[in-house]
Formats: sequence, C-alpha cells, structure tokens
Amino acid sequence: MSGTHAPTAEPSYLVDTGTRTGVMAWLTTTDHKRIGLLYLYSMMTFFFVGVGIGVVMRLVQLTTFQKLVTAQTYNALFTVHGVIMIFLFVVPGLPAIFGNFFLPILIGAKDVSFPRLNLASWYFFIAGAILAVLSLFTGGGAPDTGWTFYAPFSLKTGTNVSLAVFAAFVLGFSSMLTGINFITTIHRLRAPGMQWFRMPLMCWALYSTAWIQLLATPIVAITLLLVILERFFGIGIFDPAKGGDPLLYQHLFWIYSHPAVYIMILPAMGAISEILPTFAKRPIFGYKAIAYSSMSIAGVGSLVWAHHMFTSGMSSVATMVFSLLTMIVAVPSAIKVFNWVSTLYKGSIDFQPPLLFALTFIFLFCIGGLTGVMQGALALNVHIHDTYFIVGHFHYVMFGGTGMALFAALLYWFPKMFGKMYSKKAIYASWFPMFIGFNMLYFGMMILGMMGMPRRYYVHLPQFHTMHVIATVGSWLLVLGLVMFFAALIYATFKGEKAEDNPWGGVTLEWTIPSPPPLENFDVIPTITRGPYHFEQEEHR
Amino acid sequence: MSGHVHRDDLGSRLGMWLFLVTEMVLFGGLFIGYSYMRYRYPAEFHHGGMELNATLGVINTLVLLTSSLTVVLSIVAVQRGEKQRAMALLGTTLGLGLTFLVIKGFEWSAKFHHGLYPNSPHLATLPPGEQVFFGLYFTMTGLHGVHVIAGLSVLGVMLWWVATDRIRQDRYIHLENSGLYWHLVDVIWIFLLPLFYLAA
Repeated sequence: MSGTHAPTAEPSYLVDTGTRTGVMAWLTTTDHKRIGLLYLYSMMTFFFVGVGIGVVMRLVQLTTFQKLVTAQTYNALFTVHGVIMIFLFVVPGLPAIFGNFFLPILIGAKDVSFPRLNLASWYFFIAGAILAVLSLFTGGGAPDTGWTFYAPFSLKTGTNVSLAVFAAFVLGFSSMLTGINFITTIHRLRAPGMQWFRMPLMCWALYSTAWIQLLATPIVAITLLLVILERFFGIGIFDPAKGGDPLLYQHLFWIYSHPAVYIMILPAMGAISEILPTFAKRPIFGYKAIAYSSMSIAGVGSLVWAHHMFTSGMSSVATMVFSLLTMIVAVPSAIKVFNWVSTLYKGSIDFQPPLLFALTFIFLFCIGGLTGVMQGALALNVHIHDTYFIVGHFHYVMFGGTGMALFAALLYWFPKMFGKMYSKKAIYASWFPMFIGFNMLYFGMMILGMMGMPRRYYVHLPQFHTMHVIATVGSWLLVLGLVMFFAALIYATFKGEKAEDNPWGGVTLEWTIPSPPPLENFDVIPTITRGPYHFEQEEHR
Repeated sequence: MSGHVHRDDLGSRLGMWLFLVTEMVLFGGLFIGYSYMRYRYPAEFHHGGMELNATLGVINTLVLLTSSLTVVLSIVAVQRGEKQRAMALLGTTLGLGLTFLVIKGFEWSAKFHHGLYPNSPHLATLPPGEQVFFGLYFTMTGLHGVHVIAGLSVLGVMLWWVATDRIRQDRYIHLENSGLYWHLVDVIWIFLLPLFYLAA
C-alpha cells in the first residue's frame, strides 16, 4: 500500500508547529506520539542505569572484585536494580512507549481521549523517577530491602525506604492514569466501522493491560502508603508487636505485584501478534482466541498472587488452590504461543530483524513460562524458593519476554516513528552476543538455583564458582549485544536512510500514513470495513 | 497542541468513573486489612468501637449526605441556567464539607487527649487488637479526610468556574464529574461509619 496516500503538505509530528520550539515544545506537548518518545528516551536511560547495576552485581560474584563493593552496598544494589527495572522500565514498558504512540493510530484516532492527562502521566513518571534517585543519596542511604519491601524488615531498617516507597507510589499514579486514558480511548475514539473484533490485537492487549493497571495498582498504592505510615507513626498493622501481621503485607503486595507481571507481558504479547502476521504475510491464526486469552490472562492472573508465598506459612488448602490457579494461567499463555506458531505455518515468511526478535521472544518466553509452571508445583517450589532459579526464571520472562518483545516492537515500528531505517546487518550482528550472553547468564542462574545457590547473597560457596564465572561472562556478552543494538538505532536516527511509508508490507492502519506520521495522524479519519490482517485480499487486488 | 477542538462528555464521564474505580480499590485494600484484623480480634474491635463517639459519627454522616444533595441540586441549577442558585448550593456544599472536617477534628483531638493515638504510651498498654483498631481508625478516617479536603478543593474551583461562566448551561461536565467524586467521598464514609463507630 506504500505510496497510495497523496503527497501531503502536513508536516510530520517531529517538526515544531506550535508557538513553542525546541525542548519546551517537547516538554509541553500533548501529542501522543511525542509523549511516546519522551517515555522511550527516559525509560531507556533508566534501563541502562539498571543494566549497569546488574553488571556490577555480576562482578561482585567474581570474588576478586569484592573489594569494590561492601555487603551493605550489594544489598542496596539489588534493591535499586529491582526498583529501577520494575517500576521505571518494565511496568511502564510497551504501553507507555508503543501504546501511546500507536494505540490512537491503530484504532484510527487523532489522539488519546485525555491528551493533557497523558502528559501529566509522564510528569508523574519523571517525578517518581527523581524521588527514586533521591532516595539513594538522602536519609539513611539507599534502601536495602529488595524491591519487594517486605515487612517487618522494611519497617525497621534505617535506610531510606520511605522515600523509595513514596517514589513507587507516585509511579503507580502514572500507570493508573495511563490505564484510564487507554480504556476511555478504546471505548470512545475507534474510527467508524472499527468494531471490537476488527481492532488489531495490540489494542486488545493494551485494553486488558489497562484494566489490570486500573484494578491492581491502587492496592500497591495503599500498601506502600501503609508502610510509610507505619514507619512514621507506627500504626501497627504490619507490626506483630502491636498485633499486626507481616503476612498481610505480603498478601497486599502480591495482590498487585503478581498481576503487574501481566501488565508487563500482555502488551509484549500484543506487539508479537502484530509483528508475526506482517512477516508471515498471512492473517493471524485464531484472532479471537488471542483476544480472549488476553482478557482471561488479565482475569485469572489476578487470582494467583499467593504462589509467591508458598513458604511463608499459609494453610495447605490455600497453597493448593493457588497452585492450581497458577497452572491454569499457563493455558491462555500457551494458546497464544500455539496461535503464533500456527500463524507462521505455511506463511510466506519474509525474514527481517523484527521477526528475528519476535521469534527470540517466543523461544525465551517459553523457557520462562514453563519454568514458571514448575514453580507452581508445591513440592518443587519449596526446593527452589528464594534461589537463583527464581532470578533466572523471571529474567527469562521479563527480559527474554518483555525486553525482547520491546526490542522487536522497536525494530518493527522504528521506521514509522522516526522515518529512518536502521542497518539490518548491525542489528543481526548485535543479536548473536545478546542471545548467547542472555542464555549463559540466566540459564546459568537457573542451574545455580537448582544446585542451591540462594538469591541476594553477597558471597557464595566454592562449588558454585564455576557457574558464577560463566554467568558473569554471559553478562558481558549480553551488554555488548545491547550496546551494539542501541548504537545501531541511535546512529540510524541521525544518519539512517529515509524509510518508506510501509517498509514491511504491513496492513494495519499505521502503515497507511506517512513515516513519520503527521501531527494529526490522518488527513481524513478512515472508515473500517474489515478485520485487521487481510493479506490475501491485498494480493488479489 | 492539536489544532482540532475535541469534546466528548461521555468519554470524560467514563474516565471519571474509571478513576472512581481506582479510588474504591484503594480503600478496598484497607477494607481487606480491616476484615482480616476484625476476624482476628473481634472482642478488641468491639471494645475499641466503644471508645468512639457514635453520635458525632452519625451527625457527620448526615452532614455529608446533605452536602451530596446540595451538589446534585447545584448541577440541576446549572442545567437550568440558574447561576446564582448554583453558586449558593455549591457554597453550602463547601460549608457542610468544612463542618464535617471540624467535627472530625474535635473527635481526633479528643482521642489524642485520651492518649489514644499510634505509638502513644497509653495505647501501648492496651491489648494488641485495640492498637491495630486505632491504627486502622486513624489511617482510614485520615485517608478519607484527605479525600474530603481534595474534594472540597475541587468543588472550590468549580464554584469559581461557575462564577466566571466556564461552567454553564451547555457545558457542565466538570461540575458533574466533581459531583461524582464528592459522592464517592460520601459513600466511603457510609462504610466507615458502621465499621468503626457502630462496631461496639
């Protein structure tokens, strides 16, 4: 469809057309595309800070480097690594970047329902980020509780937990307001003829994610608020000495934080569902099954939180119920994987970098997902609880899943967002160290966990040393791959060739408009007459 | 700075309802904590409830319910183009909200006077269940009080907007949404009343 739109006089959204120019034009923008880019730049900055901390932690496990970092600093490092990667990177994740940029375009709208609220969400995000950074250097020093802030230690420690927790509270606002915005946008701003089952699957993923953001985030907000109140006023609800119960903290925390992992992964699955049809040149297999599985993951995923607490001391009935529900949530995830693979079957596959990263996602997510089901089994859970196995598992899901999908989505939509094409060779070259390093690092961690290496330990026993060395070398390869990947993209934003309007032959709405899109996306709001992935009809015309 | 002017009252209202959902879940977390603790310490919660002044609680309930009524009436007045009446009704709402806060302030200071506040030496001598009861009492009524203050601030802005004709007969969605928020503040209080004041 490239070149079918008339050459337009409308300037792209990257050109300042308002009264303000330069940085001020960006900081006061209400354009969903610019806000998407603001998120992209800020989140990637935090991501690399988090990566840096991760590398230092790996170095500590090479015992020669232990002089650099004390045990207390190590506690702060894994806490801050978790807080940054969770609250500043994967939770905002794909919705903040690609949801903002592409949701209105995919449903044929000019912007989200509440553009100013959208900008406010970004400011909440930045405010939370600044507070989180401040918490490292003020008060009693960087928090050392782990990102989970478990009571009663988080109530007693002298480090600056209150500020870090408040930062997470503010970040929760950003997440909630984005959720409200997306739900309203999808309900109200679909183009004429864009029925629910004509929406691209990314929209379904964002819709179910937004509902989790809405229904789960307030719980963590109140929980974190209670931690602050407990620290300042001693209200006693989590304090056993005053009749409170630390287990209540764990429940409240995971009532949010388990659904939060679906906030992280669902939009990633949505992006994969966009990428695969484009490069297989055929409609997605099982459109409705994927749409419904997004919603059922959102539903069932809200009922499995206590599988984080099998060793915390719950009744055996509760552990069995949560174990069963945990295994059930694997079903809709598997439905997606089978549908993706079926989409590729007999497709005319056009192998391009976004597809490579999408397939990497499927591979790594399957490992992450299946090891998750393993942990849902009660007997095994007792053995691997709080070991490196858990650390390896959730990095497979969060980084191998959400991270790789984010990279795939970035590669897929980069030409549309910036109007430039990157060097495909450079991206392929970055994939090898990234993929090999990733598996050395995190599969190494899972082996260590099975051997009995506990997580969050500053030192390790001699029998674990070899695997620690392998994992650390893997981390270097992984970072090398990441640097090559982003260097190629940053180079492309400046010196890349001009991208076509539809470089991949996609058929969803974003490929019908210029690259980069004009300020109001569409000259004329399109009228939709059929489902989103119609490749065969394209060929017949 | 999009060039087109976009107005979608239904969308605004939907957004507001979604925001109210988040507020309900926020308090929902506290209600979970309350239910669990009350299940654990039934006798202590009964005894703690006896310390609270049920008469003041009921008066405050009536004050808030009336203020919700005046908000609704002010919306009707705006719809009918009766600006003066709308402003008077909104002013009444603000007055009633402040009355609620004043009564609440008297209650809290009486509790402080009796040494019933978190971390107080007197409270530490009481059984653990009662300490949790008062911890929850101050947290939940305090958080509700913050919402009352937020609601009053918003309604204050609405009063100003009605005065300056930013809210008028053909454009009153902001006032409607503020009214919805005020009703939520009201509804939460209706749950707090039996949970604490009538717990005895």
